[in-house]
Amino acid sequence: MTALLKVEGLDVEIPLAIGTLRPVRSVGFEVERGKTLCIVGESGCGKSLTSLAIMNLLPRRARRTAQQLSFAGRDLRGLDERAMADVRGNEIAMIFQEPMTSLNPAFTIGNQLEEALLRHRKVSRKEARARALYLLDKVGITAAAERLAQYPHQLSGGLRQRVMIAMALMCAPKLIIADEPTTALDVTIQAQILHLLAALRREFEMGVMLITHDLGIVARIADRVAVMYAGEIVETGSVEEIFRHPLHPYTQGLLRCIPVPGKTRRGAHLGSIPGMVPSLLGPLRGCSFRNRCSYGFAPCAVETVPLAEVAPGNAYRCLLTPEACALNARVGTAA
Amino acid sequence: MTEPLLEIREVECRFWVSGGLFKAKRALQAVGGVSLALARGEVLGLVGESGCGKSTLARVVLGLLAPTRGTVLFHGEPVAQLGRAALARRVQPVFQDPYSSLNPRKSIGSIIGLPLRVHKVGARSERRARVEEMMDRVGLARRLYHDSPGQLSGGQRQRVAIARALIMRPELVLCDEPTSALDVSVQSQILNLLQDLQREFSLTYIVISHNLAVVEHMATRVAVMYLGRIVEESQTTALFSAPRHPYTQALLSSVLTPEPGLGVPDTHLGIAFPNPLDPPTGCAFHPRCSHAMPVCTERRPVPRHFAGASTACHLYDSA
Repeated sequence: MTALLKVEGLDVEIPLAIGTLRPVRSVGFEVERGKTLCIVGESGCGKSLTSLAIMNLLPRRARRTAQQLSFAGRDLRGLDERAMADVRGNEIAMIFQEPMTSLNPAFTIGNQLEEALLRHRKVSRKEARARALYLLDKVGITAAAERLAQYPHQLSGGLRQRVMIAMALMCAPKLIIADEPTTALDVTIQAQILHLLAALRREFEMGVMLITHDLGIVARIADRVAVMYAGEIVETGSVEEIFRHPLHPYTQGLLRCIPVPGKTRRGAHLGSIPGMVPSLLGPLRGCSFRNRCSYGFAPCAVETVPLAEVAPGNAYRCLLTPEACALNARVGTAA
Repeated sequence: MTEPLLEIREVECRFWVSGGLFKAKRALQAVGGVSLALARGEVLGLVGESGCGKSTLARVVLGLLAPTRGTVLFHGEPVAQLGRAALARRVQPVFQDPYSSLNPRKSIGSIIGLPLRVHKVGARSERRARVEEMMDRVGLARRLYHDSPGQLSGGQRQRVAIARALIMRPELVLCDEPTSALDVSVQSQILNLLQDLQREFSLTYIVISHNLAVVEHMATRVAVMYLGRIVEESQTTALFSAPRHPYTQALLSSVLTPEPGLGVPDTHLGIAFPNPLDPPTGCAFHPRCSHAMPVCTERRPVPRHFAGASTACHLYDSA
């Protein structure tokens, strides 16, 4: 089966006065129709830039190169701004983190929902309104007709995020890119929004690319996971592989950092990853995680670490053998 | 039980909100009749959705807001009579956002040492020694003394906020979302630090967080708030293994633990958090509750006491 979105060797470079910043380096992944790929990582790991690079929404001075960047069989690399604008919001829709700031406060909900469809399709305002009503109902907003006449400030955070999802669905996109869609919301609302997103993905057979820092969300919603660190994918695999048999020391470290109710002993020390993310300026050598890794050895500083495949679709970027990594995981849990 | 360190008695906070031009002001009850007692060395977790009154209650405990009704007692003494400065020696906050809670124009040393200067503790050199000692303790290198917050990472800034809170050796530390603005790997370091410091200085904590996994890890006791009231209070283990109140149950079911294959739970909560200006009659939770009965719309449930726990829900009226 061909992937809906296929990215290979994606690089983003930002020339600065003091050198070239390389926040995304040879990133590659696939999103299949009806499946969810989660990109997980901490702030500054390049996960949001990756999504912006796909949509060609990078800051002006940033340079994007890719060996492959195809969506539904089309090469996105050669598209000019107008052609790309026809893809954005139409075939690929985005949902951002801040439902407070990504809606225009000066227009009604109805206006903004309808605009999405009117921009891309030859439909009448009446048809657009009907679609907006249908989708508001789909995302669980009651009294949809009254909501259409309201302004964003009259809605709560959870409702606004539902409106954002409805807006993303207006043109029946094939792919949704959601960047931290629930970070600003309460846990109860977060669960509802993710539940909704999972249900809609099934119903409309969309591909979903979800960007988050929250491993709990990843475990519950992802089919496939890509873990990013300092601009690179350090491990990728199915959700089961990543959580049950993490290989990369960073993935293992992240999983040890979070308390799990009923599993972690109360008051016990949580795992931590000492040190800080390295600078991404200039030519980079060796493993980007080496200065924080407890298993680092001399070659980590000099050798280029490839993303090595252990099984189809399961790869990790570390010089240790998979057996050594698996052993680290066991020893680490016992400690 | 020994005399509680902190006792909150029937605290109620009302704010007057403008109803619009030419309209009468309306009362918003942010906290309604909350009672809590906290023994020395306890860690109380305070959880609830945004707008439930957690932070208002925190401001009352810190003495930053006088409650409309009710009293807060510290060692049996009303906080109102204690005076701001005396209270600040004993109760200190650590806030959520280390980017906005530190003055960007002051040096780290001056931020941490400010409470010492305010309370006129020791001579200059002595104060500096105490600041450096505290920096060691919270894991900040002494060479950062003259740096400004802008040069620090989020985790380091939160360490500064913790050092500032602890420099006067308070008895109670109120942590309002202490790790929400931090990355996972930094969050665990800060949680570990808070736990070490609690043991070392025999501190009492109130931890406010929307991250229930964090609360479960830190707290010995948990109080669940909904629309200004405590709906359930219990020992942490009991609360997480057998929640009584339907709201607590919904809240716990929405925790996404990192266990693949479980999917996203359906919380069965309606989508609308009630308008606090126009709270529902009877039990404030009834419009979202899947167990709602006719009585829930009529009478507000009173807390029922179980062994070491209490729940305010009509389901337990006969118990």
